[in-house]
Amino acid sequence: MMSTASPFNENEIQSYVDGQLDAARGAELDAYLAAHPDEAARVAAYRKQGRDLHALFDPILDEPLPARLEQTLAQPPRRVALRAAAMIAWLAVGTIGGYVLRGEMQPEVIAQAPFAERAAVAHVVYTAEVLHPVEVTAEQEAHLVQWLSKRLGHRLHTPDLTPFGYQLLGGRLLPGDQGAAAQFMYQDAGGARLTLYVSVKDQGTEQSAFRIEQEDGVPVLYWIDDNLGFALIGERDRQRLMDLGHAAYQAMSL
Amino acid sequence: MADHPLAEHIPKLRRYAAALLRDRSRADDLVQDTLERALRKFTLFRRGSDLRAWLFTIMHNVYVNQVAAHAAQREDAWSSPEEYADPYAGDPVSDAHDLSKALQRLPPDHREVILLVGLEQLSYEQTAAVLGVPVGTVMSRLARARERLRTLMSGEVGPQIRRVK
Repeated sequence: MMSTASPFNENEIQSYVDGQLDAARGAELDAYLAAHPDEAARVAAYRKQGRDLHALFDPILDEPLPARLEQTLAQPPRRVALRAAAMIAWLAVGTIGGYVLRGEMQPEVIAQAPFAERAAVAHVVYTAEVLHPVEVTAEQEAHLVQWLSKRLGHRLHTPDLTPFGYQLLGGRLLPGDQGAAAQFMYQDAGGARLTLYVSVKDQGTEQSAFRIEQEDGVPVLYWIDDNLGFALIGERDRQRLMDLGHAAYQAMSL
Repeated sequence: MADHPLAEHIPKLRRYAAALLRDRSRADDLVQDTLERALRKFTLFRRGSDLRAWLFTIMHNVYVNQVAAHAAQREDAWSSPEEYADPYAGDPVSDAHDLSKALQRLPPDHREVILLVGLEQLSYEQTAAVLGVPVGTVMSRLARARERLRTLMSGEVGPQIRRVK
């Protein structure tokens, strides 16, 4: 079946099927397939799968939507739209000017987030620690995550922040307002430390967009998602802090 | 609301869910759960990023949770593709040319890859991001899923499929 002597690896074959192989290599593969009918048949079968999938399932695209799905979007009346608008406005402002909306300009969904303050305190206390910055180190990442997830009663994840140059050092359990809280600590090659604080959200606070507040001159990015409050501290560049926050959010709560 | 930014993506979510689950009403349940979750999280959607990929990510997570819950009920949770119990293992060979059914004979995580790439035309990188796995994993699942589907559709493999442990 599959020729062991094939000069093309399986990834290249798949990329070729999807039209993703670069032109030069694709031309070589064309020539190879012309001389190897078995492989050509295999590629043809894979391409046919794609066409068959479309033939079978594309008609769904033209079906009228079931009423219940339309109603789903109609359900949460203005609230969601308002928050989304607030988020977008905030993001635009935040991105352009590094400026935080305050006071009466903020819509009602914005509530004080005491957990962000606690997160800032925990950041200052533990990032300064030389000997014991974390309770459980990154070598036991699976255990760390499992342990903290259990204590918080939510499934947590450790975001991969290596694209930003931050490696996971480890984490610790902390007291929060509503019980347990968790702190994950990251460090970059220069020794700069970043902490991600997670706690069960404070009572009276609601789902929020990403926000930045200054705590003692240090920007704290925080957001509330479902039942959890998240705070990210240690990066002074706001745009980078936002990017880090999005990476953490993707890993934690999508 | 038809003018909600999520609305234009519903048809593709339905197409994907239908291919993933086969049962149309369960598929629309999955779409509905996905939309509800997306609405709750919409405040945290990053403007300018890919809304469709974001929705597929949410759908994947909802789906995985459902599969896990379902498997827990049956107490035979599949933790790897090798342990996936083919629901049509006892079917007659004459069903082999039913693409929709053949898809169901793939492990769910292989089915997702072949659908995201082959039907939804996501890039390998987007697919990897949606599923939360490395691109290399996407590539190997894709290769195995396509080869398995080819075998199934050609009818080479009959009802006596071995369950590899």
